Amino acid sequence: MASASLSIAFTGSGGAGVMTAGQMLLAAAGRAGHYGLMTRSMGPQIRGGESAAFLRLARHPVGAPDDRIDLLVAIDWENVTRFLAELPMDAGGLILADPAQGAVPEGLVAHGPTVGDLPLKETAKSIDGGRANMVALGAAAGIAGIDRAAVDAVVNRALGRKGEAALTAARAAIEAGFAQAREHENGHALAPPETAPAEGTRWNVSGNEATGLGALAGGVRFVAAYPITPATDVLEYLAPRLEKLGGNLVQAEDELASINMVLGAGYGGVPALTATAGPGFALMTEGIGLGIATETPAVVVDVMRGGPSTGIPTKSEQADLDIALSGMHGDAPHVVVAPNAIADCRATTEWAVRLAEALQVPTVVLSDQFMGQARAVLDAPGAAPDVPARRTAAPDDAGTYRRFAVTGDFVSPMALPGTPNGMYTADGLEHDASGAPSTLPEVHAEQLHKRRRKLEVFDYGAFWADVEGDGPAAIITWGSVTGAVREAADRLRADGHAVRVISLRLLLPAQPERLAAALEGVDRVLVVEQTEGAQFHRYLRAWYDLPADVRCLNRPGPLALRPGEIADALKEGAAP
Amino acid sequence: MTAPDTRTVTREAKHYKSDVKPVWCPGCGDFAVLTAITKALAQMGIAQEDTAVVTGIGCAARLPGYLNVYGLHGIHGRALPAATGLKLARPELTVLAAGGDGDGFSIGGNHFLHACRRNVDLVYIVMDNEVYGMTKGQASPTTEPDWSESRLTPQGPGVEPFHPLSLALISGANWIGRAFTGDPQTLTHMLVEAVNHPGLAFLHVLSPCVTYRPEQKDWKKTVRREAFTPTEDPVEAQRVLETDDGFNAGVLYHGRRPVYAPAPEATAGMADLDREFVL
Repeated sequence: MASASLSIAFTGSGGAGVMTAGQMLLAAAGRAGHYGLMTRSMGPQIRGGESAAFLRLARHPVGAPDDRIDLLVAIDWENVTRFLAELPMDAGGLILADPAQGAVPEGLVAHGPTVGDLPLKETAKSIDGGRANMVALGAAAGIAGIDRAAVDAVVNRALGRKGEAALTAARAAIEAGFAQAREHENGHALAPPETAPAEGTRWNVSGNEATGLGALAGGVRFVAAYPITPATDVLEYLAPRLEKLGGNLVQAEDELASINMVLGAGYGGVPALTATAGPGFALMTEGIGLGIATETPAVVVDVMRGGPSTGIPTKSEQADLDIALSGMHGDAPHVVVAPNAIADCRATTEWAVRLAEALQVPTVVLSDQFMGQARAVLDAPGAAPDVPARRTAAPDDAGTYRRFAVTGDFVSPMALPGTPNGMYTADGLEHDASGAPSTLPEVHAEQLHKRRRKLEVFDYGAFWADVEGDGPAAIITWGSVTGAVREAADRLRADGHAVRVISLRLLLPAQPERLAAALEGVDRVLVVEQTEGAQFHRYLRAWYDLPADVRCLNRPGPLALRPGEIADALKEGAAP
Repeated sequence: MTAPDTRTVTREAKHYKSDVKPVWCPGCGDFAVLTAITKALAQMGIAQEDTAVVTGIGCAARLPGYLNVYGLHGIHGRALPAATGLKLARPELTVLAAGGDGDGFSIGGNHFLHACRRNVDLVYIVMDNEVYGMTKGQASPTTEPDWSESRLTPQGPGVEPFHPLSLALISGANWIGRAFTGDPQTLTHMLVEAVNHPGLAFLHVLSPCVTYRPEQKDWKKTVRREAFTPTEDPVEAQRVLETDDGFNAGVLYHGRRPVYAPAPEATAGMADLDREFVL
């Protein structure tokens, strides 16, 4: 029987080429018309150490890893015990391992998967220039039933530059892998795609790339940033492309410089962005406060990783929510948005740039390592909804221009440097409508109120959240966990349970009226998030009215929340 | 974005002053810097709207409010990064960063090194009075080790002071000079030269604090005018600094180090970027 979805893991020590094999298999599956998702797990080592590529290939779009692994191809067993929790194998699973690498670790076979020999090293050795990871790629592709021509096309594209000898060796290794797969076929082949996708409608993209693309689509032409895992990929994507678009990326001396450079550019009228992770975000909070006080547009992308402090830099968590919402000193209203899928990283980051510009406010984008560093074959991502452009001023010489004048919608036209008669000082000191420093209580109250109200009265439209399904039970979630929640809901619906999914894209300013409308008829809520301290649950409690029956499924990273456990949690909460 | 060409206009120094009354103490050296900036800008005919002054925190950092140009009064120590972002985003503007010795050499010390190294076309003016004035008289990175007037360091800071000119030179600043607020005419001339020189120009201004360092009133006797002979040779400049006691004024160094490049012209559009991801 052919499967609608197939989960494959490649494991091996760093340098064994598991990421390359994984990426090629994903691309090949995409060419064959399948959807796919590849996440990665790495140790902290610069070179070497353990690594694993997790793929899920399917005939439907894939937003989350499955509950179990169907096929594990082990190039070696180096440090694999550190991944055991990420490798749920059961009696339906198949492990293909090189006998030369020793016995399969006990923890993997505990639940009875079939184990087969795959003499990767020996096979690779028999081919001039052959590599074990290419044999593994061939074997996995063979078992998944991926068309050989699709694999060859990907290999040609990836290795074409390395010359004919490298290509020949790779093709021979893949052929050997395909041949060995035939000995282990066990019904894991993917069902063929329902229809072949139209030319140009599918993308192969990572979350961090989609974030970078969204930034550029929103108009960002200046970036200043300091390298940090797992946000560096966003910057590596942006640097050459900003150059092509006539923009600029500065590698700053630290995150304090990054955010202040961004504010300088934003003050100058150029949409500007920085990308970082938790430790860098913590350093930027004072600067974000300056942007709030001076009403300067700026976008800060935080690709979250395990925290606090250095935490687990290479693994995912949603625990920067608290600092993103509340990390600034003083009353500091700002905007926080969060993409909820790889494809959505594009539109949500674009939206963030446009909101920052329209509302003259620092806007935080909370992505995470899971989504940022995952790569997917997906339907071409959409764009952000329309948002008005930054409101600028061109004052006459009457001398009446007031930069921070309180207007009907509390957004004041901003004179950009170079504009005659518009000179003002953007001041981190409390200031009056003209920008002059002031300690008067009425001025402070007026400007604080203005900065809060301009965010509250703005109409964010339907993009504030994704609300899907109907029924008296709802799952409220945010960020990358949404993928697993959506799949859990699909399974529940298939079992006859009505369930609503509400994934918040706009976290600040909170939208209590919109959530109340989305919750109409709901008497039971499950909150799902990847934190130890239930930060999202507490945020919901602070800002929103919820039904009496609220449960929370929360767990810290790096273990992914899986669809099955989410569905179980919702069913457990049901009245008997 | 409005991107006007830099206009050359006839203006007077007073056009560059705002009507906000400075918080500075009567007799503060910073008044002379304020006046020198207005005179230098008027002399060069740079329009008010094409000028931006960016500062951090401290007495000296209050400067933008007293000028009728675009200003960014930011956070402590970060004037140079903010000025860098503005200048790179809007290369046609004249951008001056300014502040005091605590802002520039203590909390902002790392940015000072890297701004000199990066060599963006900026002027950085540090009004050095060897004390924190705004927080009421604590030792700064340029205070003598035995200065015992602060309750925070009653025995004196006990640490040798920074030598800002040496730091600027070894870090890569492209123009380095020292001026004294007691010689406002030379200060104005040096400002003009600093603005006109490509790359990062570091102008170290001895600017007495009459309140917490009243003994600095004697600087008018100690400062040696035109003591430096300008050189293009960093090795020669380094040699001169070996015997510098901090009271030699003049242009020390004007170099030809490469200036950090502004944004290149666009060669692609968004559609080209989308195509990269299509299977």
